[in-house]
Parts: sequence; C-alpha cells; structure tokens
Amino acid sequence: MDKFSVFSSRLVEKSENFTSGHRACQGCAEALAVRHVMKALGRDTVVAMSTGCMEIISSPLPLTSWRVPWIHNAFENSAAVISGCESGMKAMMRKGKIPAKKINFVAMGGDGATADIGMGALSGALERGHDMVYICYDNEAYMNTGIQRSSSTPYGASTTTSPAGKVSIGQHTQKKNMAQIAVAHNIPYVATACSSFPFDLMEKVKRAAETPGAAYVHVLSVCPTGWRIPTQDAIKYGRLAVDSCVFPLYEVIEGEYRLSYKPYKKLPLTEYLKGQGRFRHLTDKEIQMIQQRVDKDYERILRLSEEEK
Amino acid sequence: MAKPMEKITWQELETGSVVTEIGNAREYETGSWRSERPVVEASQCIKCGVCWLFCPDACIVRASDGHFEADLTYCKGCGICAKECPVGCITMITEEG
Repeated sequence: MDKFSVFSSRLVEKSENFTSGHRACQGCAEALAVRHVMKALGRDTVVAMSTGCMEIISSPLPLTSWRVPWIHNAFENSAAVISGCESGMKAMMRKGKIPAKKINFVAMGGDGATADIGMGALSGALERGHDMVYICYDNEAYMNTGIQRSSSTPYGASTTTSPAGKVSIGQHTQKKNMAQIAVAHNIPYVATACSSFPFDLMEKVKRAAETPGAAYVHVLSVCPTGWRIPTQDAIKYGRLAVDSCVFPLYEVIEGEYRLSYKPYKKLPLTEYLKGQGRFRHLTDKEIQMIQQRVDKDYERILRLSEEEK
Repeated sequence: MAKPMEKITWQELETGSVVTEIGNAREYETGSWRSERPVVEASQCIKCGVCWLFCPDACIVRASDGHFEADLTYCKGCGICAKECPVGCITMITEEG
C-alpha cells in the first residue's frame, strides 16, 4: 500500500478476536497491533505466543482475551511449538481426520523472545520452511518485567539495566536488525510494519499468511510506559519513527525489496527523539552520530528497493 | 463464566489450566483504571471511525445514529481517540468522585 487513507476504516473486519478486558497499560500500541493482526487473520488461526507483555496481559488464568486457539509457551520456543502444530495438522488433514482447509499458524513474541531468547528456535523454524507466520512485536526492551534492555533496544536509550548517567550514555550497543536476519534465511516473505499505519500492517499480515512457506513480520509497537511518553502520543511516535526513517516500512518478497511507505518529507531525528524520556540525556553530538547511522541504514534500504525497479 | 472470577478455587480449574471459554476477559472491567474519560460531541462527529481503529482496548462502539462513542466499561482513558480524531470532537474530562 502506497498511501495511508483514513477513509477505508469501514472496510476493516468488525469482529474482535482479541477482546477488550485485557490488562495492557493505558495507550499500549502493542495491544493495538495485536488487535489489528487478529483482524487481518480472522478466526481460522492457531496462535502460539511466547512469554512477554502480550502473553501476561491477555491470559490471567481463568480469563482469556483470545477468541482463537491459543497456546502459551516459554520465552524460547514459540516458533518450535507452532512448527509442531503446523506439521501435526498437516498430517491429520492428509489422513482425513480433520477436514482439509487453510489454517493460519501464527507464532508471536516480543523483541526479547525474538531477538534474544527465541532466536535459535525461530531460525530453525524459518530454515525448515513451515507454512507459518512469525510476528515480532518490538517495543525495544523487556517492558513486561520493568524496562530492562534487550538486544533490540536502540543506541542511547536509557533503561533500568542500561541507565544513563555521568559514565554511561545508556544502551551502548546498536539495535539488532531482526528483519535483516530473517531476510538472510531466504524465506519467501519478510516485512516491517507499525501499528500507527494499520492498513499497511493488516495488508502485510494478510499477505504473510497467504504466502506458502515461512513468513516474518516485524512490528514496531510504541510503549508509552517504557519510552516515557504521554499515553495519548503512542500513535504519534509510531508515525514519527517511520517519518524520520528510524524504522523504514518495507517488505521483502522472494528476496526483492519493496519500500511500502516513503515519507513525503524526511523528518530530522530530533523530532522523534525529543519528548521521549528514554532519550532525553542525549547531547547534540550524540544525536548527530545516531542520525548518520539512521541515514546510512535508510539509504541502504532505499538503494535495495530501487535496484529492483 | 458461571462464577465470578474471585470465587473460583484452584480445584475447579481445568487440567493443565486450559481455559475452555473464548474471550471471557470481557468480564474483567478495565474501566475502573481510568482517571480521564472521553466525551464525544456527537453533532461534530464525521463518523470516520479513526477512534475505533486506534483504540487499543477495542472499547469504541457505534451508537445507533452512526457516530462513535467510548464504552466506559473498558475504556482505560489513554486519550488516543481524542488525540487522533481528525475533527477534534472528542475531549478528555477528568473523572470525579
């Protein structure tokens, strides 16, 4: 989708497969992303979810927010569990024990479950080429346990285990680029999305589910609690991340890059960083350094997507 | 659920803690978390549905005449709807009492 149009919201699926009454913080854009994803996938879906924010808020024991078959996994093995579900159901369909139909097998995890702990299981599932979708909700730290750094935390962010101060700048390593790691597995479909662009997100998830073989979708989800921003600005910061090219939206279909959204006017990085409490200690020199890196990464994506045309 | 959540004892849980009912989290009313509540000026609402689309709690519902309003049973008062409304017909009012 090239253009974000607010007027097609009437065409979106009305039923909620991720119901109200979940216990996410106020203004949680990650819960919003799950809601959009479940709208795109529909009822014929099996979900395996790693431990993380979305797992604990949606399933406090006698209650569940899910209206689809859902299984809770440990941090590391949601990709392995969904591989087993997919193979098992395929065998049952072949033997005629259940009617053959298209079922979406979806594994979900946060950035800690994807980039740190579940990396091996995910890599294995992508390599075996199961007909599944892995969706990573990236809120850039372990927000569930109280904002500890993960390998997906961007450079310079202050978290409780990488606090900024006289000695430290905060997180001193660069953000791990999970989408590029997924691309390196040569799987048929990889995409990045953000819940501030809901139609783009839904379209990508739908395409990922329809693609035969493994697919990976990386969703940037703003976390007002961990990013130290007002709750009502959750959507705004998602948009700023995309418009300042910190998080470019693109998809990689069979190895071919395609930029989904090119900002009309590329915003300076300061627009995105200012107002976020986790970045407020950064000096102009440090911001300049981060800007150079963002520009370099964005130019690379731009070059790759233009080469294909 | 047949019983209120706080009355359920551990002996009554299913084996393996399987939840057999779908979407029963709707019984947990998150509206009590709220410190501000959205108020919609129905005459200004253009019925675009942006507030419905961006609500993380899926608590925006459509009234009978077509405009959108918040279901205060679940609304946590984050203010995203008021911020994203293109015509600005939603205002956040502090809860009292």
